[in-house]
Amino acid sequence: MMENPLVKGIVGAAVLAALISAALLFLIWLERKFIGRLQHRYGPNRAGKFGILQMVVDGIKLLTKEDIIPEKADRAVFTAAPILAFAIAFLPFAAIPFSESLVVSNINIGILYILAVSSLAVVPTIMAGWSPNNKYNLLGGMRAAAMMISYEVPAALAIIGVVMLAGSLNMVEIVKAQEKIWFFIPQIIGFSVFVVAAFVETARLPFDLSEAESELVQGWTTEYSGMKFAMLLFAEYIHSILASLLIVILFLGGWHGPVLPPAVWLLLKTFAVMLLLMWVRATVPRVRINQLLNIGWKILIPAALLNIALTGYARLLLG
Amino acid sequence: MIQEDSDRKLALARARPNCFAPTFGSAIFPCGIAEGRMILNIGPQHPSTHGVLRLQVELEGERVISVTPIIGYLHRGFEKIAENRNYIQVIPLTDRLDYLSSMANNMVYVKAVEELLGVQIPERAEYIRVIMLELQRIASHLAAVGFYGNDLGLAFTAMMYTFRERELILDLFESVCGARLTYNYLRFGGVREDLPGNFKEKAREVLARLKPKIDEYERFLSEDEIFLMRTKDIGVLNPEDAINMGATGPVLRGSGVKTDTRITDSYTIYDKFDWEIVTGKDGDCFSRYAVWINEMRQSIKIVEQALDTLPEGPYLAKVPKLLKPPAGEVYSRIESPRGELCMHLISDGAATNPYRLKIRSPAFCNLSLLPHLAKNVLIADLIAITGSLDPVFGEIDR
Amino acid sequence: MTELDELKNKFPDAVIEVKLQRERRLWAAVKRDRLLEICKYLKQDFDHLSCISGVDYADRFEVVYHLWSYSKKKLLSLKVPIPKDDPAIDSVTAIWKAADWHERETYDMFGVVFEKHPNLTRILLPEDFEGHPFRKDYKLKESPWFSGKSPEEGSL
Repeated sequence: MMENPLVKGIVGAAVLAALISAALLFLIWLERKFIGRLQHRYGPNRAGKFGILQMVVDGIKLLTKEDIIPEKADRAVFTAAPILAFAIAFLPFAAIPFSESLVVSNINIGILYILAVSSLAVVPTIMAGWSPNNKYNLLGGMRAAAMMISYEVPAALAIIGVVMLAGSLNMVEIVKAQEKIWFFIPQIIGFSVFVVAAFVETARLPFDLSEAESELVQGWTTEYSGMKFAMLLFAEYIHSILASLLIVILFLGGWHGPVLPPAVWLLLKTFAVMLLLMWVRATVPRVRINQLLNIGWKILIPAALLNIALTGYARLLLG
Repeated sequence: MIQEDSDRKLALARARPNCFAPTFGSAIFPCGIAEGRMILNIGPQHPSTHGVLRLQVELEGERVISVTPIIGYLHRGFEKIAENRNYIQVIPLTDRLDYLSSMANNMVYVKAVEELLGVQIPERAEYIRVIMLELQRIASHLAAVGFYGNDLGLAFTAMMYTFRERELILDLFESVCGARLTYNYLRFGGVREDLPGNFKEKAREVLARLKPKIDEYERFLSEDEIFLMRTKDIGVLNPEDAINMGATGPVLRGSGVKTDTRITDSYTIYDKFDWEIVTGKDGDCFSRYAVWINEMRQSIKIVEQALDTLPEGPYLAKVPKLLKPPAGEVYSRIESPRGELCMHLISDGAATNPYRLKIRSPAFCNLSLLPHLAKNVLIADLIAITGSLDPVFGEIDR
Repeated sequence: MTELDELKNKFPDAVIEVKLQRERRLWAAVKRDRLLEICKYLKQDFDHLSCISGVDYADRFEVVYHLWSYSKKKLLSLKVPIPKDDPAIDSVTAIWKAADWHERETYDMFGVVFEKHPNLTRILLPEDFEGHPFRKDYKLKESPWFSGKSPEEGSL
């Protein structure tokens, strides 16, 4: 019965959605606690042991709050944006392999599929930026669009190096190719480019310009509150999880590792990458929009192209 | 024509400060301002306006075409209230001016009245004043550095770090006068109370802890690539403009002008100590920040010397509580953490309240440079420049 | 006392009175019609306009320009009396740009009009405020602005 692709898809989607939601609540709690400790404060410590229930309580609060729509907003677009954002955020997980067999849909162009659906995320961002008729939202939306479009390119170019080494677009094959050596060693340039691009794509400090609290209040989510805000927030967070997973799968050997079961290794590595994202957030200030675009177009893209050339040359030499 | 419309629009928006209706200059949202431009009101409620500043910004995309600071949201009519209070009743009012450096406000007022009266201040009181003023300068600069981190998007880390040390100084103040923010500590002819018995040791402990921490902030901020990218060559102020436009304090010294009221207009006993005027090189945001950091080091030096040589003796000269100073006027100047803080005090010789009390607030004058500094910059720079001017609204709006 | 003597010799008919209060504190009273000339002359030494304060005396307003000289380390306070029935004076913004906000504040609080000021509007008080509250004859308690209600609530 599990062989039926429809049943497999539905079951997989349900299980994934539940797991990601649970991971989400845990990771947000962890981030608040971790950054709190980095900043010499306690972080949440009231709801439950170590404040572990804080996100549950926050979730309930957000979900039961009054749903405010600004008077001059475009109501349909304003409402559609968070729904779309939340839904689109889950799509790429369909092709993510958690171990050799644990994958919802093992399509042979997995990495292309992931790139394609994750770049859809720019659409709800622009909708959320434009529809409330608020200038802060608008500026945030414009920034988000500029960021996502400029950094899709270096991210994709960095992946090409991996694909050349693995000789496949299939996610499972890419991980299998890393059995001997994790790709971040031969692909150190590509790895660096991809990590920077991941920070931008997930709009985390130092590249959180689309939210930019000290400049744009809350950027493209300024006018959102309650449940809609929660959906946008969660969507953002799911992007972070996805980016960490991709870094692990493409460069850090995926599920490879001794003793522990493969899926556990994958999750542990993802967890470590998430911690890195959090750590950076508490350490550096925000760059400016022109500096961000300069980094993207003038450094990362040439670096990624150089990486492709070097990889090709190496493959030619080594046969 | 376009310019005229823009002016009219600005005038309209100024006349109706609460009007937040979107005004996009495009075919979809037809209105007065030029095609492709919009007017954005940053504040008075905004995370990084340091209080209740409202910046009316004309934007072209991300680019700031012009800025109009709109102030007065915290105006309490301090100068008018002071005209209706006894001389001594004004001291607690001054605490509420620059709430990050109340000691300096106490000092400038007390000094003005003392000049009117011609009181001789006991030596111990002078030392205590210098210790308090310099500790206050450190506390205020710590807050400024922390807030500046926030302005640059540093997710509260710098602020949590600097406020940790600021707390220690506030604890010292609390042990001296019972308050952490509004001290009401200085009196005509001295200070309200003597230092508590263990003050010297406690103060030395705090300073010893502070010194490595200041180096730590420098490692954390001044060596951060992104921090440098965001502050170097941003909001450059050349020395001629700085003087002509009335900048003082770290803003002026950041532009390389070596002047400090503590030395040039020597008051209390600053000339007894060995310290230097700190200046910046380039007049940009980073130079102003560097002046904060280095001034803290100099202040530590002054406090240490003052603690070492603190003489015994009375801490308060005999001055009657209900004053009636002789007719006359004085202009009292001191160097507050934000710059040249002055009071113009006039007594008519007949009343127990000041005839006129005018405050020259450094933050007010420094903020008036913002439209000059923030021309043709990006929104992010505008926030960085505003933060580097270190505005405190209790003092600006008075 | 050299600066004050020089000022007196240069503008004998415009300087009303000079006074040396103490070391580094000079005071001078001048007539308002020669203010710009005097300021241009003083600018050579006194490069920093520290503050402009307005004062309301029984018979006159006074605008006081506090000028600091970074080179000579002296403060000169230039007092300019102006009659109550014609509270107007030339703006010095062309000489010291720092005068801009100070003059706006003096206009706001005392109603002194600074002629040729680029943008003489209220600065601390709301645009639609009536009266100039720092004048001694301002009826504080009778003003609708200080009755505890906002103007929208109908007390105006």
